[in-house]
Amino acid sequence: MRISRAIVSALVVLTLAACGSDSQPAAESNEIKVGLLHSLSGTMAISEVTVRDAELLAIEEINKSGGVLGKKLVPVVEDGASDWPTFAEKATKLIRQDKVATVFGGWTSASRKAMLPVFERYKALLWYPVQYEGLESSPYIFYTGATTNQQIIPGLDYLKEQGKKKLFLVGSDYVFPRTANKIIKAYAAANGMEILGEEYTPLGHTEYSTLVNKVMGAKPDAVFNTLNGDSNVAFFKQLKSAGATAESMPVLSVSIAEEEVTGIGVDNIAGHPVAWNYYQTTDTPANEAFVKAFKAKYGANKVTSDPMEAGYNAVYLWAEAVKKAGTTEVEAVKKAAPGIALERPEGLVTIDGENQHMYKTARIGIIQPDGLIKQVWDSGEPIKPDPYLKGYPWAAGLAAS
Amino acid sequence: MSAFVNQLPIGLSIGAVLLLIALGLTFTFGQMGVINMAHGEFIMAGAYTAFLLQDMVLALPAAFVVAGLMGLALERAAIRHFYGRPLDTLLLTWGVSLVLQQLARDLFGAPNVQVPAPSWLSGGVGILPYNRLFIMGLAIAGVVAVWVYLNRTGLGRRTQAVVQNRQLAATSGIDAGRVDMLTFFIGSGLAGVAGVALTLIGPVGPALGTYYIVDAFLVVVAGGLGQLRGAVLAAVGLGLLNSYAEFWSDASLAKVIVFAVIIAFLQVRPQGMFVLRSRVLT
Amino acid sequence: MIKRNLPFAAIAVVALVAAPLLLEPFRLGLLAKYLCYAIVALGIGLAWGKGGMLTLGQGVFFGLGGYSMAMYLKLTEAGDGGLPDFMVWSGVEELPALWTPFANPVFALCMAVLGPVALALILGALVFRQRVRGAYFAILTQALAAAMVILLVGQQGLTGGTNGMTNFFELFGQDLAEDSTQRGLYLVVASVLGVLYLATRQLVNSRYGRLLVAVRDGEDRVRFLGYDPALVKTVTFAISAGMAGLAGALFVPVVGIISPALLGVVPSLELVVAVAVGGRHALAGAVLGAVLMGYAKTAFSEQFADGWLYLQGALFILVMTLAPKGVAGIGRSILGRLRSARAT
Repeated sequence: MRISRAIVSALVVLTLAACGSDSQPAAESNEIKVGLLHSLSGTMAISEVTVRDAELLAIEEINKSGGVLGKKLVPVVEDGASDWPTFAEKATKLIRQDKVATVFGGWTSASRKAMLPVFERYKALLWYPVQYEGLESSPYIFYTGATTNQQIIPGLDYLKEQGKKKLFLVGSDYVFPRTANKIIKAYAAANGMEILGEEYTPLGHTEYSTLVNKVMGAKPDAVFNTLNGDSNVAFFKQLKSAGATAESMPVLSVSIAEEEVTGIGVDNIAGHPVAWNYYQTTDTPANEAFVKAFKAKYGANKVTSDPMEAGYNAVYLWAEAVKKAGTTEVEAVKKAAPGIALERPEGLVTIDGENQHMYKTARIGIIQPDGLIKQVWDSGEPIKPDPYLKGYPWAAGLAAS
Repeated sequence: MSAFVNQLPIGLSIGAVLLLIALGLTFTFGQMGVINMAHGEFIMAGAYTAFLLQDMVLALPAAFVVAGLMGLALERAAIRHFYGRPLDTLLLTWGVSLVLQQLARDLFGAPNVQVPAPSWLSGGVGILPYNRLFIMGLAIAGVVAVWVYLNRTGLGRRTQAVVQNRQLAATSGIDAGRVDMLTFFIGSGLAGVAGVALTLIGPVGPALGTYYIVDAFLVVVAGGLGQLRGAVLAAVGLGLLNSYAEFWSDASLAKVIVFAVIIAFLQVRPQGMFVLRSRVLT
Repeated sequence: MIKRNLPFAAIAVVALVAAPLLLEPFRLGLLAKYLCYAIVALGIGLAWGKGGMLTLGQGVFFGLGGYSMAMYLKLTEAGDGGLPDFMVWSGVEELPALWTPFANPVFALCMAVLGPVALALILGALVFRQRVRGAYFAILTQALAAAMVILLVGQQGLTGGTNGMTNFFELFGQDLAEDSTQRGLYLVVASVLGVLYLATRQLVNSRYGRLLVAVRDGEDRVRFLGYDPALVKTVTFAISAGMAGLAGALFVPVVGIISPALLGVVPSLELVVAVAVGGRHALAGAVLGAVLMGYAKTAFSEQFADGWLYLQGALFILVMTLAPKGVAGIGRSILGRLRSARAT
């Protein structure tokens, strides 16, 4: 048991080291620390790094124009490592140790659900920038991405307008696709549409020949696709080589943005529709400036996408609320935020006071041969966020609470 | 009904993919007893070779050489110190696979890259697209090549001799070290070829290897260590099983069913379908 | 005997007295998390280090324990007749029968340990009796981990899917958000680890332990001597599974979440890595490895996130090639050299 002696010393050193890293200096009075918590490693890094980049750009721009309350914003960047418990751990660290004023972060629903109790426990603020499945409104989270009535339902409205009556639902096996498909089925029942099939595959699944066979066999008018990440690449490649075309059977996707198109291969996906609130091509003065600034900072070949824009907006919206409140104190910011309306790249964005979601304009776009997305339909005006779908009679009973 | 019949060729084509990714393992794992967790990353290396060359035909031999050389380097630098310690090689090569994944992320970026499918592979016969037929053809060609190599060439016979009894082979004048190097080169090279083929049907990114590695090992385990015919039968069997299980249930359940069947199968044949008989006391 | 236990006593004092006093609550929580992993590592050290069974599916048992605990916590929070939050948004209307008994804390805790033990007994009886071993066993357990994740993710209404379960408020009436509760939990985890460590050491030093090592080094020879190696291995595997289950049950209130991501192929492998780094042949090495790797992961991801994979991979390659006996082995050889230097 001599080795144990070495272990004693190791443990002591470890304990001391752990103590040492706690003694952080208090924030300088002319600085405001904000946390950025996204996956910089692991499977989600591909998407989340771009959102972090957009948030850093916003912080840089705000600092250039004088900061917030005369203070500079200092980003504290942490890695969620595509692992939900890590998100909870790093959120705790940002709040308790770095004492940040607010956190911008998350992508997957699972990471948000993991962080939610942390933010509620310590009464801190999280700005979550990605479209999600709704049925949530935490008093300590602001949701700058779309909820279901700003993306899924407009997508269905579009398919209905196009005369698509028979749908096939394909999704990755997790909470967003399952919830989205429940909504789609309720919508279909109320609107005389028919659901021919509903299939889920594990995350990271790459063998789609059986599923494609099922879809082709069912002969739907359109496919509603909630697959996530790399699975989309395999699905579209294998769907195309099975002879499906965007004309005969369009696949409406809600998780494929500009940056995913290259990896899937433009040939495989051009012509298929997607549903979002923002595209790089969205025609607003604010977007022109955003795209230009983003390309100047990160390279001309970079594209901007909906979650990036939502992350970029989040920083501005928070800064606006802080200015209005005159302090970064959480309760005061929460009180000041409702009603704040800003012209953003996607158009007018207003913070809803009731559920802390945003009023957003829904847009359907078609993927072009150059990899960008062209808008073909929009909702005309920003849609009021309705995470529990209370305003849709056919959706009654979807959310028990 | 037609969809049901269609599952038969689909099952065969899934089997072909499994066979292709497992073929290299019948060498490194089967012949040498090395559990190479970096096998998936050699597949990835093949796929990225196809991305760099942007040409399927050129990429096949190039990927064989690239992945083969990577395997050779790994064998020389580390694995040769680990013979007889298969479990340690598992952990070692897992470390290597982590480094290679991050390397790919830094070299090519985290997003998936695009490898254009050659135009002569668009279209298909019945339910099977040409690219699936191409993969099946490649798998058959690979099996034939491996069989010829092992049974009809001097090098291959020497490889088999080393597998069956290392000391005796060395005593008979076979340079076991060189046989190891060659075996590892070929095994890893086959992974590279599989990588090129996979660009036709799946994503090309840093995580590519992780999607296939467990399946590849299951094929080899079910087929029997170092048994070519075992690997072929196991791949086809698992492909068909997967195809029909998914057809009747869903993709998630199909994977669980496949696993349960393998466990049950190992109850009947604990060493896989075919066993290399040996009187060595373990 | 006293001298032998001195280092252990010293560590116990550091862990039980010094750490809670010195560390901030956030850091203490992290240490508690590492110690949970250390309990799993102890089990791996027993099964792999002493018994030669490389189990790459320890996360499965950890998960079973964690989910049992989480189900109990969710049910207390939901109250009588209530449904856990994730069931509400998964559209489940009635509490599944599988869940009902978990409202009882005694049942939940027993299941956290006995569930993994039972699964390991069944699996062990099946595979070890058929003399599946070495690499085959390793790959089978790895596939088990992969299948388990798919199964958990697929049953969203029952398990919370990819999200897993989170948002726990209280344990046995104690508010989990309170620092004092977290400190208490830390002390519980540390004590459990200490007791298990002593018990495992006792086990290894017993006749049974010697038999286990003999099975590792020459299974056939042990069989020829008239013992049943399959039985020895199955029992050991079950013990290590029980430890992982208990660790999972402790992990949930400490960290506040359980999800499939915690028990898949990669986390299971990471724990084996930790044991290898610490030194698989010494139980203390396994524990040390888990704490060290946990700490390193936190520290490095705070400093430079991208480098963590490189570092983890490189550390691993180095340890396996240069010091296959791990940190404990290095410590032992340094001490040995010192002693021989003193002797000359």
